[in-house]
Amino acid sequence: MAEAAIIDSLKKARIEELLEQGKRLDGRAFDEFREISIETGAIPKANGSARVKIGDTEVVCGVKIQPDRPFPDSGDKGVFICTAEMLPLSHPSVETGPPGPHVIELARVVDRGIRESHMIDVSQLVIKENKSVVGVFADNVVVDYDGNLFDACSFAATAALLSTKSPKWEFKDDAPALVEGSEADLPVGTIPVSVTMVRIGQHILVDPNADEWQCKDARVTITTNSDGNICAMQKGGHDGFTLEQIKECGKTSARIGAEIRKKFDGISAGSDAEQ
Amino acid sequence: MVLLDENGIRCDGRKVDETRRVMIKAGGLKNADGSAYIEFGDNKIVAGVFGPRDVHPKHMSDTDTGILRVRYHMEPFSVGERKNPAPSRREIEISKVIKEALEPAVMLEMFPRTVVDVFIEVLQADGGTRCAALSAASVALADAGIPMRDMVAACAAGKVADTVILDVNNEEDQAGQADMPMGYMPTLEKITLLQLDGILTPEEYEKCVEIGIKGCMQVYELQKKALSEKYFNNENGRGGSGRGQKR
Repeated sequence: MAEAAIIDSLKKARIEELLEQGKRLDGRAFDEFREISIETGAIPKANGSARVKIGDTEVVCGVKIQPDRPFPDSGDKGVFICTAEMLPLSHPSVETGPPGPHVIELARVVDRGIRESHMIDVSQLVIKENKSVVGVFADNVVVDYDGNLFDACSFAATAALLSTKSPKWEFKDDAPALVEGSEADLPVGTIPVSVTMVRIGQHILVDPNADEWQCKDARVTITTNSDGNICAMQKGGHDGFTLEQIKECGKTSARIGAEIRKKFDGISAGSDAEQ
Repeated sequence: MVLLDENGIRCDGRKVDETRRVMIKAGGLKNADGSAYIEFGDNKIVAGVFGPRDVHPKHMSDTDTGILRVRYHMEPFSVGERKNPAPSRREIEISKVIKEALEPAVMLEMFPRTVVDVFIEVLQADGGTRCAALSAASVALADAGIPMRDMVAACAAGKVADTVILDVNNEEDQAGQADMPMGYMPTLEKITLLQLDGILTPEEYEKCVEIGIKGCMQVYELQKKALSEKYFNNENGRGGSGRGQKR
């Protein structure tokens, strides 16, 4: 997995040296994202889809909608599941086989950001209470790796969900039956935007690329909703943050998140286009 | 269920800034190099530490530094409905965040090519297991005599009934608005574990982090007490059953 890839120690020294001068290796400001491209409708066979690029990191997300059984303790809610996987072609260090802890964390953090923001109102996805509900599955695959998979997968899932046309079912003869020609947008309440930051020494960098990812002391991913409130967080890395740093990260995530959220404006089912 | 009544009292009788009853015991396991047992409310968790020792499989070893491995595991009987004993994705993620919360504290660079294994077993779970587990693991590492820069103390903050609270219990986690587990190194003043699910305004977020650190400081005092009880105040004259000496 790319997490374990090694970095040239000269490059690491150079990155750290530049940070002291207030610069990043690729010339960005500390709080600047790489170019983000969001293309929706990339996979017509999926109910919704998106291809997101952040610099050279590329993620494809497909949304599939199908009737499902509700979880035993929440028969009045639809099912929403978001996954993420690193494909072996995304980086030489990725091997086939069951996902390791890094990939499991990635999938869970991306899922949590979208779930906890209540982007999808799952209470509107019930076909028959306690019997049958609509399942929304957003599956991310990492196609090319250059750092910051948390945000790339989160953006891809969000864009794919916004572009989703959901079929409708009614409960007939003890089973869900498809209602032809009644596709609609998913019940979307808010748009979550995750912003990942790394700390290298005393510097906090937004949207780390693969090299910066390798140099990090600690990282944090913070997801904000359309109201500018924080709805999910995950700290990682082998070191920590001070109280001041983590408060600052909270503010940065809301500020940068609001800018990025504009990129999702106008994405809806039937608006397949590159943003 | 009323999560917070008009007098500011929570469903289990606590005030908003009060933790549950916490009991920490250093040692307890004979075979582990270090161990600890914690009761955090109704959570009952045991942690055992082995190492520094040879790394198996060998390819995992690092010639520059020792490595830390953490396994957080819940017993099938620890929760309401029987849990499949195989490690779930949730347990794998928690193992990873606990590992990363402990790493800044443990001076692994002193033991290249070795591993320190931390095994955490949740015997009974009642909300906030990862914090209790991390607090116990810290004490177990110290009990094993492994050089550390600081302890890691952990406690959660959260939000119920639009109020920021300390130490979220199981009911509050299920029905509340936000849960923010935190791990903190009190001397180095560093946050080493931080997660959040639930919605917080920017103001509530800052308040949560601050109250969470206060909770960690309370746990820290109990961690120190547990270690000093084992190593310095042993009344029965055994001089401590671990590697420590009676002073």
